[in-house]
Amino acid sequence: MKIAVASGKGGTGKTLISTNIFDTLIKNGTRAVLVDCDAEAPNSIAFFDAKLVSTSEVYHNVPVIDTSKCTYCGKCHEYCNYNAIFILPPVKIIQVIEDLCHGCGACTVACEFDAITEKQVSLGQVKTYALNGNPSLIEARMNIGVMSPVSIIKAAIKRVDAQAEVVILDSPPGTSCPFVQTVASADYVIFVTEPTPFGLSDLRQSVETLKGMNKPCGVIINRAGLGNNQVQQYLMDEGIPLLTEIPFDKKIAEYYSKGEIVCTKMPKIAEQLLEVVNQIIEKHGNSSN
Amino acid sequence: MEIAVISGKGGTGKSSISAAFATLNTKVVVADCDVDAANLYLLFNPTHESEDVYIAGHKAIIDYNLCNNCGICANHCRFDAINFIEDKITITETSCDGCFLCSRICPTKAISMVRNDKSRMYSGSFRNGKMVYGRLSPGEENSGKLVNMVREKAKQVAKENGIETIILDGPPGIGCPVISTITGVDKVLIVTEPTISGLHDMQRTVKIVQKFNLKPYLIINKYDLNPEMSLDIYEWSFNNGLEVIGHLPFDPQMVDSMVHGKTIIEWRPNSDISKKINLIWSKIMS
Ligand code: SF4
Ligand code: SF4
Ligand code: SF4
Ligand code: SF4
Repeated sequence: MKIAVASGKGGTGKTLISTNIFDTLIKNGTRAVLVDCDAEAPNSIAFFDAKLVSTSEVYHNVPVIDTSKCTYCGKCHEYCNYNAIFILPPVKIIQVIEDLCHGCGACTVACEFDAITEKQVSLGQVKTYALNGNPSLIEARMNIGVMSPVSIIKAAIKRVDAQAEVVILDSPPGTSCPFVQTVASADYVIFVTEPTPFGLSDLRQSVETLKGMNKPCGVIINRAGLGNNQVQQYLMDEGIPLLTEIPFDKKIAEYYSKGEIVCTKMPKIAEQLLEVVNQIIEKHGNSSN
Repeated sequence: MEIAVISGKGGTGKSSISAAFATLNTKVVVADCDVDAANLYLLFNPTHESEDVYIAGHKAIIDYNLCNNCGICANHCRFDAINFIEDKITITETSCDGCFLCSRICPTKAISMVRNDKSRMYSGSFRNGKMVYGRLSPGEENSGKLVNMVREKAKQVAKENGIETIILDGPPGIGCPVISTITGVDKVLIVTEPTISGLHDMQRTVKIVQKFNLKPYLIINKYDLNPEMSLDIYEWSFNNGLEVIGHLPFDPQMVDSMVHGKTIIEWRPNSDISKKINLIWSKIMS
């Protein structure tokens, strides 16, 4: 079963929750895998004493134009919907602007003169780490300057081996394609939010986004006790389950900031999270693939 | 003058700090460039003076009256958006990149491209100036183009109203929207926190900013959560020729102020943290 842990915005405690759920499951003897899909800012691995076992590059193909064959007909430029081909036929200039290229392949199809070949350009990496000998941590990492992390996220999720019982997907922030791409492959989505107006606004946008996708979801309120009760009210109105509340405690923030797994210091939170996951599996686990 | 406030990751308190800056003395234009999760309008409750449509690319759709299920489109799509699902060719909307290739090569002209026109940009007034913000419709590509549009509008509004200072509240991450936020600005402020992830993200963010030949200022927020790591950040910054322009303590009053729809400057103007924010601002502006 795949469970995505998401939050409208980063910093609500999403990584705190996903790393602690993973740690608790592992210690409980479950075959769990954690995939850090926040490819623009992957941070989960730092919490574990894990060993890098493999790195695979994720590429896309960008065109290379052979000017000896090119007739400057302009068809490739016409086919490119991202303005990534610059052409000035009168002076015989044609250039691919690689930073704008999405690697869609349309120009290659367009060229009738066999002037376009393709080369691989790296977008990022998928790294697999082993914990106690098990390759159970996967990280998507986007190269600086790349436009979209989506293909790296997809590649990272594909890496998960079929033996895993529970897969935790640490989702990217926001509600745009990287988030949608991540939750699209999940069977259940846990939103982590904080009980503040910003938290509520982000949660609302995330929930709206998910509505079009037909995925069950629930909410963990982090830093409960700070802020107000609007989030609880909203969940009641929308009929969304409140999975659990993690109280605000400066100690949690301190452990987290030191890169420690909070659950090892505060067993009560481990119990809370295990209970949450068990309930999710009980209710939604069977329908999964 | 355009000042961008960014953070590498969300939750460092960047928005609360930008909002605080926006309610100091000078009239400002606030541009919320976090179009994927715009928040500042909650605090500023701006009036609604203009609304523009932003076209966020296209999506392919199949007309099944024309499709003969040949599969040519699926063979060409590089985004794995077209597959046979129960023997029927199907486009997964969330995977479509809007490249037009399938629509161009379909032998029966069964595929058409529709515009994603649900994203918006708004502008209006708030209690200390003007505000511009964008809202990207869910699931769209955040290419940075909407950020550019927000910035253009902010400049125009600033000019029309004789306002000199534009504060850009940036998006998280290191991708296109961040690059669009900092390209060509006068100053960049990075808000970080003393956590392992905060440090990593800050370092990545600094790299991006330096690519644009800008020298970022750093603020360490909630420094007291891990004083040793705050010290590490200081040291790292010093060794890399960067200035930590201030550090702020963890203060639950920040959250209180937000719950009351105010910035910390408005809520507790005489608090220690408000004074520090004031000081940071005057350093940036000097
Ligand atoms: S691969 Fe696609 S995006 Fe890149 S240049 Fe060719 S048509 Fe343009
Ligand atoms: S389509 Fe081929 S021949 Fe025509 S301009 Fe492009 S590369 Fe040159
Ligand atoms: S190429 Fe056109 S006709 Fe063939 S399967 Fe795709 S949509 Fe249908
Ligand atoms: S427009 Fe491009 S990305 Fe979308 S389905 Fe067609 S070929 Fe695939």
